[in-house]
Amino acid sequence: MELLRFATAGSVDDGKSTLIGRLLYDSKAIFEDQLESVERISRQRGDEYTDLALLTDGLRAEREQGITIDVAYRYFATPLRKFIIADTPGHIQYTRNMVTGNSTADLTLVLVDARRGIVEQTRRHAFLASLLRVPHLLLCVNKMDLVGYDETVFNAIREEFKAFATRLEVTDLAFIPISALNGDNVVQRSLNMPWYDGQSLLHHLEQVYIASDRNLIDPRLPVQWVVRPTASTIPDFRGYAGRVAGGVFRPGDEVMVLPSGLTTTISAIDTFDGPVDEAFAPMSVMVRLAEDLDVSRGDLICRPHNRPTVGQDIDAMLCWMADRPLKEGDVVALKHTTRWVRAQAQRIHYALDVNTLHRDESASTLGLNDVGRVHLRVTQPLFYDSYRRNRTTGSFVVAAEDTNVTTGAGMILGAD
Amino acid sequence: MGGRSEAGQYQLSHLEALEAQSVHIMREVVAEFERPVLLFSGGKDSVVMLRLAEKAFWPARLPFPVMHVDTGHNFPEVLEFRDRRVAQLDAQLLVASVQASIDGGRVAEEPGPNPSRNRLQTRTLLDAITEHRFDAVFGGARRDEEKARAKERVYSFRDEFGQWDPKNQRPELWGLYNGRHRAGEHIRVFPLSDWTELDIWQYIAQEALDIPAIYFAHPRQVFRRDGMLLALSEFVTLVDDEEAFEASVRYRTVGDMTCTGAVESWAVTLDEVIGETAASRVTERGATRADDRVSEAAMEDRKREGYF
Repeated sequence: MELLRFATAGSVDDGKSTLIGRLLYDSKAIFEDQLESVERISRQRGDEYTDLALLTDGLRAEREQGITIDVAYRYFATPLRKFIIADTPGHIQYTRNMVTGNSTADLTLVLVDARRGIVEQTRRHAFLASLLRVPHLLLCVNKMDLVGYDETVFNAIREEFKAFATRLEVTDLAFIPISALNGDNVVQRSLNMPWYDGQSLLHHLEQVYIASDRNLIDPRLPVQWVVRPTASTIPDFRGYAGRVAGGVFRPGDEVMVLPSGLTTTISAIDTFDGPVDEAFAPMSVMVRLAEDLDVSRGDLICRPHNRPTVGQDIDAMLCWMADRPLKEGDVVALKHTTRWVRAQAQRIHYALDVNTLHRDESASTLGLNDVGRVHLRVTQPLFYDSYRRNRTTGSFVVAAEDTNVTTGAGMILGAD
Repeated sequence: MGGRSEAGQYQLSHLEALEAQSVHIMREVVAEFERPVLLFSGGKDSVVMLRLAEKAFWPARLPFPVMHVDTGHNFPEVLEFRDRRVAQLDAQLLVASVQASIDGGRVAEEPGPNPSRNRLQTRTLLDAITEHRFDAVFGGARRDEEKARAKERVYSFRDEFGQWDPKNQRPELWGLYNGRHRAGEHIRVFPLSDWTELDIWQYIAQEALDIPAIYFAHPRQVFRRDGMLLALSEFVTLVDDEEAFEASVRYRTVGDMTCTGAVESWAVTLDEVIGETAASRVTERGATRADDRVSEAAMEDRKREGYF
């Protein structure tokens, strides 16, 4: 069984929580005690029908205010796949949550209210999904029941969105007309929309092809931890543990270690369960090298003829997530793969309006929920690829050096 | 984890993917923190945690101690299991005792016929974290367990009072975890965040892991309270018309004997337990944990105070 991670985004009233509640309920991932609890609260509040949104809004403040505050993770499985949903709030002040939810997603599900069509938030959600390079984008036109299941409404929204999406980098785009409240095209194909000949939402999620989304071309292993058992039975054992970030490694491969640039060969790839003959992303493995090189955490193992860029000048799209704005000249802590460095924001090239995609080149700061193109100078060389090429070696987070909180998320630009 | 996995070429199965993620998290913590500790209750989640830790650091020994917060209301089968497993791993075991916290006047026992020590554990845990100066505390909590947990980060920041602030959590992106903290603060780390109860059982079966006997159906003297089957023990007193009777039961979670309910079951093998879990229509906490039934936000409130 495969794992599919998807992020959802929708405006406050698009019925996102209802849709998730529906998916969980119909796939039997919701339990009776959870449903009873939700029914009880709905009754107490005087709702006309059971508000499935209550299943996902877990914090007291959310239930009181009827809003979703934070990214919530939900789980369900069918016989074909296990699903992890990153459920993100749609309000503008929570752009950081959408970026967070999309960072690990295989697919983004954007919800549109059939009565309102494409709105500012739809464009913003789609843009953020493409910025985070989520490989699959799915637009669900919800509340079809409220427009009489009218095919022309669906087609108009689809065409408008397609026109907008040409400005984004979207590799796979799909459209499904649904009614989350009534369950039309959610799990089963709807009899109310005979004109729609595509798959139901759940069927799409089960079938969408994700095997080719990962980078199997560029071998990258950021060293996490050097395993050196202090046991007399294995006196000289030295293994380099890490999670493969790209490509395929095999015993016998000639490899290069950065930053030293020394080359050797892989003598074995070990796991607790025994040696393996291939390691690929996102496996956690331990590599042993034929020669005893000086390798430590933060180093990167690659191939001599396929190396990442090594450099201290980083050009990136940065999403700012803190109340205190980023100004040119500010110094922050930066984590890239397995190393922390310091970074100075030397230049803010422009801030991007995530609704219109307009570039404000006069911007010299990035505020909360702003996205901008930034030039950073870091204290030690990073071993990086462009984010477009590799979501692991192309991403970083930054944190405030005084408060330690995470203040931004970066996606490295660069020639591929 | 084979090179070409059961899910297809260059594709991991869901258990392989979850395992790889958890191992990655554990290695990050050991690399970046000075004094990590792993909380071990003897429950199924902590059994899986120990196996993941073995895999993360093999062939070296565990690079951190394991700590049991002992309520004094333990199932004897669980204590026996704990000591056996720790001995197998040659790991260092620390026991933080709620009884010692009571005796030392740090907390007071709840009054009444059903004195749960669930809430008291928080003080004992926080005192132990301070005493040992732990800066990272591995817990086995899962996001599918409870609504408040669904919003918690893998790295969950705790201030100097051990408190969780759900509205002010650090964004967590990709696999880039931020464990930066000041002295006196710590991070709770939840490597099983993305696992579900069914994943845990499937993994226990895949790895052929030993678990405490109370997870399998066994005859036991129980009584019914608030719709739950509680074990008759020296720690509880029957009230009103409560009556003890024998039933075939098993446990879905392991906790304080006074507030952990059993479910009626005839499942004596792992496959039978997995079958019942897959077919169950009630969450493990809803079915069996009186501590979560106090209010809609019982878990959120306890977590804010520094609970697991």
